[in-house]
Amino acid sequence: MWIYAIQRTLYAIPIAVGVSIICFGLVYLAPGDPIQSLLPPDATVEDVAMIRRLYGLDQPLPIQYLEWLMRALTGDLGTSLQTNRPVSYEVFNALGNTLSIAIGAVLLAFILAFALGTLAAYNRGKLIDKFATGISAVGISIPNYWLAIVLVIVFAVTFRVLPATGMGSGGSETFNWFDWNQVKYAVLPMLTLAMIPLGVVTRSTRSAVADTLGQDFVQMLRAKGLSNVAILTHAVRNALPQILAVMGLQLGYLIGGSILIETIFTWPGTGFLMSKAILTRDIPLLQGTILVLALSFVLINLVVDLLQTLVDPRIKRA
Amino acid sequence: MTTEIGPVAARRADAVTPAYKPKGYWHTVAERLSDDKATIVFLTIIILAILSAVFAPIIAPHDPYATSMIARLKPIGTESYLLGTDELGRDMLSRLLYGGRMSLAMGILPVLFAVGIGGLLGVLAGFAGGVTNTLIMRTMDVFYAFPSVLLAVAISGTMGGGAASGLLALTLVFIPSLCRIAETATTQIRSLDFVEAARATGASSLSIISRHIIGNVLPPVFIYASSLVSVSILLAAGLSFLGLGVEPPTPDWGQMLSNLRQAIYIQPLVCALPGIAIFIVSLSFNLVSDGLRHAMDVKS
Repeated sequence: MWIYAIQRTLYAIPIAVGVSIICFGLVYLAPGDPIQSLLPPDATVEDVAMIRRLYGLDQPLPIQYLEWLMRALTGDLGTSLQTNRPVSYEVFNALGNTLSIAIGAVLLAFILAFALGTLAAYNRGKLIDKFATGISAVGISIPNYWLAIVLVIVFAVTFRVLPATGMGSGGSETFNWFDWNQVKYAVLPMLTLAMIPLGVVTRSTRSAVADTLGQDFVQMLRAKGLSNVAILTHAVRNALPQILAVMGLQLGYLIGGSILIETIFTWPGTGFLMSKAILTRDIPLLQGTILVLALSFVLINLVVDLLQTLVDPRIKRA
Repeated sequence: MTTEIGPVAARRADAVTPAYKPKGYWHTVAERLSDDKATIVFLTIIILAILSAVFAPIIAPHDPYATSMIARLKPIGTESYLLGTDELGRDMLSRLLYGGRMSLAMGILPVLFAVGIGGLLGVLAGFAGGVTNTLIMRTMDVFYAFPSVLLAVAISGTMGGGAASGLLALTLVFIPSLCRIAETATTQIRSLDFVEAARATGASSLSIISRHIIGNVLPPVFIYASSLVSVSILLAAGLSFLGLGVEPPTPDWGQMLSNLRQAIYIQPLVCALPGIAIFIVSLSFNLVSDGLRHAMDVKS
C-alpha cells in the first residue's frame, strides 16, 4: 500500500506541472498582446517596452514559463491590476471563505444524502426510493444560480429571516462560526451549494448500498439470523469508502465551481474574486486564482485517493 | 422492468420478420425505449423544446427585440403578453422561444464536437497504444485535473466571453472524459478475437477501426454524451449569467435570468421563467439519458 501511496503522490507532480502550463497559457488566450492586459490602454510606447522587459515578455515562451513558475513557487503570483495588492494575498484570503461554505455544504449534503440513499437502497421500489431518485435527478438538473435567486425571494424578501447577500459587517476578519448573527449570512450560500452534491451523493449511496446488499456475504448474514438493522450496518460499512470518495470529489468541484453562487450572494470567496477579475479584465488576478483553485483540486483528488486506499485495503490499483 | 421485455419483443419481432432472424442491437434498444413511458414523455418535451426553438420566428407572438417603455415588467397573463414582459418591455414568451435557440445549441453543439474530437482521440490512443496512448491520455489527465466550471470560466473568461469562446470552452471541458471512455472501450475491443481475426485476414488498421471498433465504442460514448447535454446547458447558461455568453440583445436563457435579477422584487414569477426553462430542459435531458442507459445496457 505504501508503494501505491508513493506512486500516486509522484503521479500528481506531472499533473500539477501540466495544470501550471495551462494556467500560464491562459494569458495568451486573452485577446490581443498579453502586455495590454497588464497595462492601461493609454500607456505610452516607452512604457510598453519597459514593462515588456520588466516582465520578461521579450524572452522566448519556455523561459517565460520557467521564470513565471519559479516566482509562483515562491508564492509570488503577480499583482492585481485593480487593487494593486499581491494576487497571492487576495486569493488566500478568499480561499478560506470559499472553503468554509464548501465544506459546510458538502457536510450538509452528505448527512441528508447518506440517510436518503441508504433508506432508498433498503426499500427498493418503494415510495422513499422514488423520492430519493427524484431528489437526485432534481439536484443535478436544477440550475443552482437560479435556485439561489428563488431562495433569496423566499427567505430574504418574503419572510425576511435571512440576509440576501454579503458576509456581515466584520467580513472574513471577524467571522465566527458560533455567532448566529454572522453564520446566518452563510446559510443561503451553503444551502444552494449543497444541491448538486445532494443529488450526486444520494445517487451513489443508493447504488453502492444496493450493490453491497446483493452480495453473497449479506445472504450469509441473513442466514445467520442477523436483524435487518445489523445487516444494513454491515452493508453501509462496506459501501462507505466508495461514498466518501464521491464526497471528496464533490468538495473539489464546489471549491472550483462556486463562482456563480458566490457572485449572487456576494460571498467574498475565490469565486467572487474570479467574477470581479473577469468583469474588470484583471488577468493576473484571474490567472492566479485559477492556478490556486486547480492545484487545490489536484491536492484534494490526491488526498481522497490516498484516504480511500487507507480505509479500504481491497482497492488495488495499477 | 427489463425482464418482461423478452417475450413481448419476441412476439413483435415475429410479426414482421421470420423467427430465426436475430434482432439487431439498435432494434432491441428502440423496443426497450418504447416500453419506457417516462423516457418517452421527457423525450417528447425535448423534441417540443427543439421544435419551438427552430420555429421561433413562426410561433413567437412578438418581435423579441421590440422594447416598450410603457409595457415594462408586466405580470404573467397580461393581455397579448402571455408570459409578461421583461425589464425593457420585451415579450417574455417570444424571448424565451428565441432564447431557446442559443441555450439548446450551447447544450448540444459542444457535446457533439467533444464526441467527435474526444472520441477520435480516444480510439486513436486505444488502438495505437504505446507512446501515442501515453501522450494523449496524460494530456487528458491534465485537463481532467480542472473542475469543469473552473475550466469553462477560465477559458471563456480570459477570452472575454461571447458565444464562440463559450463553445470552445465547453467543448474542451467535455473532451477528456469522452476520450477516456472511448480509449477504455477501444483497448478492450482491440484485444478481442474477432479483431485479431480481421487483422489475420489482412484488414488494414483503418478498416478495422471503421468496421469493428467504432461500432463498439459508440454505445458507451453515446450514453455518456447524452448525460453531458444537461451539464452543458447548465454550464452555458451559467457562463452567460456571468456575462460571458452571447452578446445582448440576442436572447439566451442564462443572460435573461441574469438581467431580470434586478427585478425579482417587482415580478418574481416573470423573473423565474428563464430558470424554469433551463431546469425543465436540463431535467428532461438527464432523465432521457438515464432511460437510454437502461435501454442500451444489454447486460441488464
